[in-house]
This record gives sequence, C-alpha cells and structure tokens, in this order.
Amino acid sequence: MKTAAIALLLASASFLGSPALAQVESSSPTVAAEPMVEETDPDGGLSVTVSDENEWQDLGIAITNFATDADVSTQTNAGSTAQLGRAISGVIASDLRNNGLFKPSGPSGLPDVPYPAVQSPDYPVWSSRSADMLVQGYVRAGAGGTLTVGCYLYDVALKQQLVKGGWQFGASDWRRAAHKCSDLIYSRLSGESPFFDSRIAYIAETGPKDRRMKRLAVMDSDGANHKYLTSGQATALTPRYSPDYQQILYLSYLNGQPSIYVYDLATDTQKLIARNTNPTFAPRWSPDGRWILYSMATGGNTDIYKISANGGSAQRLTDTPGIDIGGSFSPDGTRIVFESDRSGSQQIYVMNADGSNQRRISFFGGRSATPEWSPRGDQIAFTHIAGDLRIAVMRPDGGGFRYLTDAWQDEAPTWSPNGRIVQFFRTQRNSGETTIWQVDLTGRNERKLPTPVGASDPAWGPIRP
Amino acid sequence: MPNLLKFGPTVSLFAGALALSACASKAPKELPPEPGPATNTNTGAGSLGAVPGSQADFVQLMQGSDTIYFNTDRYDIDSSDQVALAKQAQWLARYPSKRATIEGHADERGTREYNLALGERRANAAKNYLVSLGIDASRLSTISYGKERPVALGSNEQAWAQNRRAVTVTID
Repeated sequence: MKTAAIALLLASASFLGSPALAQVESSSPTVAAEPMVEETDPDGGLSVTVSDENEWQDLGIAITNFATDADVSTQTNAGSTAQLGRAISGVIASDLRNNGLFKPSGPSGLPDVPYPAVQSPDYPVWSSRSADMLVQGYVRAGAGGTLTVGCYLYDVALKQQLVKGGWQFGASDWRRAAHKCSDLIYSRLSGESPFFDSRIAYIAETGPKDRRMKRLAVMDSDGANHKYLTSGQATALTPRYSPDYQQILYLSYLNGQPSIYVYDLATDTQKLIARNTNPTFAPRWSPDGRWILYSMATGGNTDIYKISANGGSAQRLTDTPGIDIGGSFSPDGTRIVFESDRSGSQQIYVMNADGSNQRRISFFGGRSATPEWSPRGDQIAFTHIAGDLRIAVMRPDGGGFRYLTDAWQDEAPTWSPNGRIVQFFRTQRNSGETTIWQVDLTGRNERKLPTPVGASDPAWGPIRP
Repeated sequence: MPNLLKFGPTVSLFAGALALSACASKAPKELPPEPGPATNTNTGAGSLGAVPGSQADFVQLMQGSDTIYFNTDRYDIDSSDQVALAKQAQWLARYPSKRATIEGHADERGTREYNLALGERRANAAKNYLVSLGIDASRLSTISYGKERPVALGSNEQAWAQNRRAVTVTID
C-alpha cells in the first residue's frame, strides 16, 4: 500500500521541482538502484501486532546518530550534514519515545557510526549493549541544496537488515525525512500503518477567558513547523485539513455570522462554501476530498448538508426538528456518523451517505457528541458527556463502549492517519485554558502536545503524499 | 399569555404594564443595578443622559432585561423570560426604526459545535417571542457565540447559569 503510493510518486517527474519529500532511487552510501522501501526480511524478524504491544514495547531499540559522507553546510536550520544527522536521529528517537510505543535509547550516549558502517553494522558491539534493534542512517548533501537521507533498521540478534528507506528532500523538509524513517521503523515493528509524517490543523488560543483570541494554525504531528494562518481578528474554530493537505475547512466570524470557509494553503485565500445569510457550522471532508459536509441553522433548527467540493447546490441530509450536526464519513465513504438531539439529548446516529437509513447507535446513558469514524473503519471516537466530558470509543454498531480519558473536560477527538491514536483538546476548569493531548487506543499512553500557546480543535490529516 | 399569571415571589412594578420581573431558580444572576434616580420611561427621554433610542438608552432602561437565561440544554421561553422580552418589545415598539441583534450563548459544559447550534436556537427562541409580541421579524437578526464568549468566568453552576443566555443588542 505504502509502496504503491511511493511508486506513484516516483513515476511522476513533478517531485523534482517540488519542495515535497521525494523517495530516492538510491538508498545506500554506495550506488544502488533498487526499490526504496522494502521489507528485506519479510518472513523473518518480528510478526507482532499492536494488541501484543508488550512484546515489542520492551524491545531495546538503539537509534544512532546518522552519519555523513562529508560534513558540509546545508540550508537547513539544523546546520551541517553531520549536525543534521544528529538532529534527524533525535527526531526519530522522540517520535518513537513520545508515543509510548517503544523505549528507544540514543542517539546521545551511543557510539557514533562511521559512514561506511551504516550498511554493515558492528553487530557484536550492539549485542553487547543489549540492543535488540538497531537504527542507522546517513545524510548526504546533493546538488542544488537537496539532501538525501537513508534509514536502516537491523535486527541485532538475527544480524539482519529488516527494512530500509531513503528520501531526497529540500532543506525545509528535513524533519519529514526523520518522520518517514520513524514511520518505516514503526510499521515494520508493529505491523501497523504509518502516521508520523502527517500534519495537524488546530485553533491557537491566547488571552483571558472572556476575550480569547482564536486563530487558525497548523503544525507537524510532533508540534514542529508551527504556523499561524489567520491574524486572530475574527474568531476561528473547528478546522479540518483536506485529504490532500491543499485546503482547510474552518469556521470564521469574519463576516459577523459564523460561516464555513475553505482556506487554500497555496494561495492563502479563502472563500465561503455556502453563500447565504444563515450560520454554518461543523465542516467535514469526505475521505476522497470530493464532498464537504456542513451544518446550517435555519430558524434555530440545525441540519446537515452535503455539497461538492467544487461547489454547486447542497443536498440536505437530515430534516428532523432539533440539532443535527457534524458528521464523519466511514473510510469507504458510504456512511456518515453524526450527532443529533432529536431524542431530547445529544446522541450519535449513523446514516447512509445520501441521508437514508438514519438510526441511533449510542445507548449507554449520558450524552454523546462529536463522533469521528476511524480511518481503519473499526471504531468511532466521540465525546461522552456525563457531568465531565471524556473521550470514548465504540464500534460502528454502538457496542464496545469504553473511555480513553478521564479528565474534567476532554472533547473533539481526531484520529491519527492509522487509526491507532486519538488527539483531542482538554479544557482547564476555571481558567478555561486549552491544550491538545493524544492517547492511544489502550488509553494508557496519554501525553500533551507541545504548542506555543493554548490549543484546541485538533484535526489530524492523513499520511502525507 | 397564561404564563404571566405565574408570578414569582418578588414582583417589581415599573412604568410599563408588562414590566414585571419574576424570580426564577434558573437565573442566579447578579442583582440588577440599582434603579437610577429618574427612570421615568414615560417621558420617552433616556435616563442618565443616554440618547433616547440608542443602545445605551436600551441598556439603561432594560435594567438587566436585555438578557434572558436558560436552563441546561434548554431553549424554552419561560415566564421570567417573557417579562424581560415584553420589556424589550416595548422599547422596540417605541423606536420602530431601530434594529436589534439577539446573541445566543451556551455555558462551557458542552461540546463546541453543538453549543454553537444551541446558542442559535436560544437566540431564535427569543426572536420568535419578540415577533409574537408584534416586532417585525425583519428588524431582528440572530447570532450564536456558542460557549466562546462567557460573561461569568468561573467553572461552577452559578457562572454557567449566567452564561446560558440570549442578549438583545440594538443597532445604533
């Protein structure tokens, strides 16, 4: 699946002129022309799944500083190629450590690997250091300021390479190469789809509770490369990245009335998706990016509408009295899970993508809100309200309800691209300060994301193309 | 309006026949400001120097009745809301060229998007009641701020009760 996407990228010559990360033909210090991401040992090594997490969580993974063939200056903010190699290793170690999935060692405190040894690890050394897995790699400067990173995962006991990858990128994208390497390691060891090389749109919050500025902002999945997109003059809320990362849907009070805009990232321009005098809320993309859901209030009654991303006329999907709002497509695009208070309180319903066959699925007391269908299709994350607001998951049939968090006010879950982690925002009692957190499906590995100011409404985009 | 017969324990009588303020358990708001020295609304002159027919005049004359309050997750107009809205309608009837926006709000103990829709529903409930009292719908607009603009900053029942509100703001 991943290989197919990369092959597509290789087939297109456009990556050469684009700042995006490009899979490179040659992954090794010596010249080699071979497919870039490959399972070098598809049958051996590990074959565990996330449900057996304890087995691989305890793996000793040594992450070494990435070597370079020649320590030359780069246009990155990390410094020379040698400094960049250390920075990339640091990002990989942080990725794997921060998500609670592994307990990696390094890169600090581990011996440096000379460039020629990147592809021929000194197994006895790592064996004597009780490393089960070993990550080595290199950074090379190329023509025109481009950089190439190679990433290798070795099984120390088996004395075997498990997987390798290589990427060519412009200076500003160097962290993506690190995330690609993290994804490669994570996927190879866990059997899960990747998620590190992805971005998050969210709302940056500053100022006191009654005069809080709310700005549209974006960042990498680890909080790096942070950028504000709006000035804060108009309150911005509830962003959603388009699946291709070209646009962001969000709510703005720019024209007074809360309205859904689509913000184009290439041109920094935006336009209304529904031009009328009624307020619109809760924008959502379909998984293929061809459709937009929004909710519109008319005379106090809110319903869900579907409109083509290219414009045209909207189709009303709900028509019951009350508030029907939100909506999240199943991964195959055939169904929509949404929120409605038609029963008297907020509950979760599923309908077909054309609005037919609407039925309630949440039957466990309290109120249930903000459902988000997992990209894997197997779970729905939502906000459960029973006094406190908590993040919970259930199956699409309404069974298997369980909490993932337990705090005073957690709301608005968003899925990692691989459906294994949920981000949400947490509000502090009294101060109203907001922070973005994430938790994995076990509910055990919870952590706060680093953001420069207060943060809410995270929207996690897919794995980057 | 049979609901007007259900007065609360304390009743204050102002100039207008409908200006009755009933106490309700749902609105433990701060006490309204002390009545000014010369709030003779029958003169048509604004109190304390506010220009008659201005938003400042409206706020002064309403003495808190520019805002109505709601129970958790509710948007119904109860008897005390009716009293406040009748007072607003009187003012709006006196200044027929004035327009007004009704701002709907929710407390912080709900999800953001739902609260936007809930605030809109509350603002519309207030608008519809004003229309039922004879105010032309074209003079009234609504806007929801959900839970984004609290007036009471605490995280307790009293603060939440003050934040579940619809505020009428006339347009100067």
